[in-house]
Amino acid sequence: MNTPLRRLSAVVTVLFLALFASATSIQFVQASSLNAHPGNARTVYKQYSRERGPIVAGNTVLASSKPVDDLYKYLRTYPSGPLYAHVTGYYSAVFGSATGVEAAANAYLNGTADQLFYRRISDLLTGRQPKGASVELTVDPAVQQAASEALGNQKGAVVALDPKTGAILAMVSAPTYDPNTLATHSRAKAERAYKRLLADPDRPLDNRAIAGRLYPPGSTFKLITSATALSTGRYNPDTLIPGPAELPLPQTTITLPNDDRQPCGPGGQVTLLNALRISCNTAFGNLGMTLGADALSQQAAKFGFGRTLQVPLTVTPSAFPQNMNKAQVAQASIGQFDVRVTPLQVAMVAAGIANGGVVMQPYLVKRIRSSELDTISETQPTQFSTAVTPEVASQLTTMMESVVQSGTGTNAQISGVRVAGKTGTAQTAKGSPPLAWFTAFAPADDPKIAVAVVVEDGGTYGEAASGGRVAAPIARKVMEAVVGK
Amino acid sequence: MAVVTPVVPPTRRNVELALLLLAIAVAGAAYAIVGLAVEGAVPQDFWLVSGGLALLVLVVHGVLRWRAPYADPVMLPIATVINGLGLVVIHRLDLAHHFNGSTSLATRQLMWSAIGIACAVFVLVAVRDHRALARYTYTAMIVGFGLLLLPLLPGIGREIRGARIWIGLGPLSFQPGEIAKILLALFFAGYLVTARDSLSLVGRRILGLQLPRGRDLGPILVAWLASLGVLVFESDLGTSLLFFGLFVAVLYVATERTSWIVIGMLLFAGGAFAAWTLFSHVQLRVDIWLHPFDPQNVDRAFQPIQGWFGMASGGLLGTGLGQGRPDLVPFAQSDFIVAAIGEELGLTGIFALLVLYGMLVERGLRTAVGVRDGFGKLLAAGLSFSVALQVFVVVGGVTRLIPLTGLTAPFLAYGGSSLVSNWIVVALLLRISDSARRPPESVTAPTTEVPQVVAA
Repeated sequence: MNTPLRRLSAVVTVLFLALFASATSIQFVQASSLNAHPGNARTVYKQYSRERGPIVAGNTVLASSKPVDDLYKYLRTYPSGPLYAHVTGYYSAVFGSATGVEAAANAYLNGTADQLFYRRISDLLTGRQPKGASVELTVDPAVQQAASEALGNQKGAVVALDPKTGAILAMVSAPTYDPNTLATHSRAKAERAYKRLLADPDRPLDNRAIAGRLYPPGSTFKLITSATALSTGRYNPDTLIPGPAELPLPQTTITLPNDDRQPCGPGGQVTLLNALRISCNTAFGNLGMTLGADALSQQAAKFGFGRTLQVPLTVTPSAFPQNMNKAQVAQASIGQFDVRVTPLQVAMVAAGIANGGVVMQPYLVKRIRSSELDTISETQPTQFSTAVTPEVASQLTTMMESVVQSGTGTNAQISGVRVAGKTGTAQTAKGSPPLAWFTAFAPADDPKIAVAVVVEDGGTYGEAASGGRVAAPIARKVMEAVVGK
Repeated sequence: MAVVTPVVPPTRRNVELALLLLAIAVAGAAYAIVGLAVEGAVPQDFWLVSGGLALLVLVVHGVLRWRAPYADPVMLPIATVINGLGLVVIHRLDLAHHFNGSTSLATRQLMWSAIGIACAVFVLVAVRDHRALARYTYTAMIVGFGLLLLPLLPGIGREIRGARIWIGLGPLSFQPGEIAKILLALFFAGYLVTARDSLSLVGRRILGLQLPRGRDLGPILVAWLASLGVLVFESDLGTSLLFFGLFVAVLYVATERTSWIVIGMLLFAGGAFAAWTLFSHVQLRVDIWLHPFDPQNVDRAFQPIQGWFGMASGGLLGTGLGQGRPDLVPFAQSDFIVAAIGEELGLTGIFALLVLYGMLVERGLRTAVGVRDGFGKLLAAGLSFSVALQVFVVVGGVTRLIPLTGLTAPFLAYGGSSLVSNWIVVALLLRISDSARRPPESVTAPTTEVPQVVAA
């Protein structure tokens, strides 16, 4: 009976070889297609159950991963949720989606970025649980807090930049939301919260600072019109330009009036400096027509109009309209018609002027650190563009200081600090309260912060709102967080 | 050949002891790793659990020294390491499912391991000579077939995940087929060792095959019908394949007639095909096997698909014990424990496991070659081959080589009936191997060093 026993042994060998083959088929041959299978929740869990690195600003933790006892293992939590919601965004395991820095720096936060390759290899070899890198933001919690408090429950946005580096010191969009409500691992709760936010007419999910519906810049655009004029070399702040009570618009029956229906200076003549100081519509409308749409458009582009930015959140490009007739150019010159901007763009104009005409690339991520706190990368400030010459920048600074000293922006004065600024009050639709703008930087002689503030629907002042009344005090509080102490 | 001094073969018990310590060390290390990976610390009961397992198997080792000193030294360590690894994986799944205290499956499995090992000790002590078992040939047949068909009885039969191979008594459920496997191996050995002469007589010769006489086809037809009954009424291809394969293998070893294998395979293929044609529930199982990702099978194939996802995520080296998600696979501790091992220990772990099973089977078959009596040969061959077939059916089912069945991996999977029965199998193989290697009682004049088995 031994011969059949030996053959039986061979049969067993064949059976086992078949098992080796079928196991290899599953775990090796088909492994990648099974891992990529759309129904494979395991791959999703693996991605979402990795310990994400924290998002920090200064010593403040904006987002961290808390170990929990469920399928996803870690719950993303936002300790001061609504305050930084539009910066951090939210990270939802149940939706499998993320926004804000959570999305833009995802590869670092979840540890899959190329720069973390060697760390992953060592994690694999040592069996260490892979952890994501931490992302350190440029946001200054004091500035962010001040901006959020100053805006209060008004709708709008605040962006603050370090003009010398482009570092984003604050980015506030109101109304805001609590990202914790979307990060929850309860699908029902997350869906309820998301639906409620989507249905809210005030659009709390929009990041108005960089990517909401764009705003008409109103009179803050007069900075660009001024820059265009000064850059021609044919104008200086003392150049007298026409500033009548009403500017007839060519080829139309309508006129462009000043708010107070008065001429801006004796004999309808006004210096460029005074025109900016008191925000003279007719002077800038006329100046814009004189300069021409092309010159204005080029100057706007030098400040960043029309360019897509990643900070690393994607910034909607601001727009200066093309193919305008003269009347439209006049309106565009004072920031009406179809000129559309993000608050960040307005802040970049102020920052560029503050920085001697050089606009720095705005950025939100200061540093990436591995889970062992080694620095993996650190953002070096880079020039975004040269918008104006240092001379023009200096002239614009002088003009903007006069706005705050004795013009429309006196509400932005900070005692002992030279503040340069510009108000804006933009009509959005007939009969609805105006947009209130203020953009500024301080100290004017050694700028440490540039800021842009926009408040929708007149804020708490309604119809009576103006940039100087509503937005300038907010800008002042934001700047005080840096220079006022 | 002129040596007249009796050669006493070494007992190799010390080899066994060394291998046992290695097996315990491997299982203990795996237990510690799970604790470190999941809870960040070596389990508090580390010494209690690994010491308990060590104590249990060292008792078996002691009994072997006492009652079966010439027994094969590799089988017990293999059974130990697989049983230990199974405990670790079940414990690991307990942690993932937050089972503890009275809900802990690992604690119950440890208890069943103790019972299984106690049964093995009982077999080794009570059965002094495996030939004595031949007396129970027909008792084994009656009880064996009875157990096999027990799940069909209304009231106590239970269908679990599509297979009716369980009986339930109160809160306990039991797979009687596991015990029937041993009894039927015993019956086949006892019956065929006496019937082999007539069954090996040749009838006509067709296509180079020496076919048996028509009247001798009776036993294989009975076995075939019984296995088809299992396939159709208990709806389990695995159990059916296990019993018919076991019978044909023992029949082949007994008669040395290849024709029996051909007849057996044709009968089984024909029967399975007929069952597939005739019974919709069999068709359904085949459809799940062939088209698991089709929309109509999404729910039914959920378990195997999750198993494959798990194994695929493990890849070649695995995620590491405690670091995968085997808990996402339903019944990972029983039906799909092999997938859990594939996920956390990788293809490497699966290969190691298959090598261990393969070594256990080959050691059993070597015992069959070595033992002198026909009954012992057939019993050892039957028991070893049943382990091989069961591993094939289980791992083949999990890896989609064959349709999924309700059988579980020997020593590894959660389940009392399986553990007890497999420890008895190993005890019987150890007992037979002892007599295979034991020098003859009267050592007056052996003419050869190696006991020569007369080929029939």
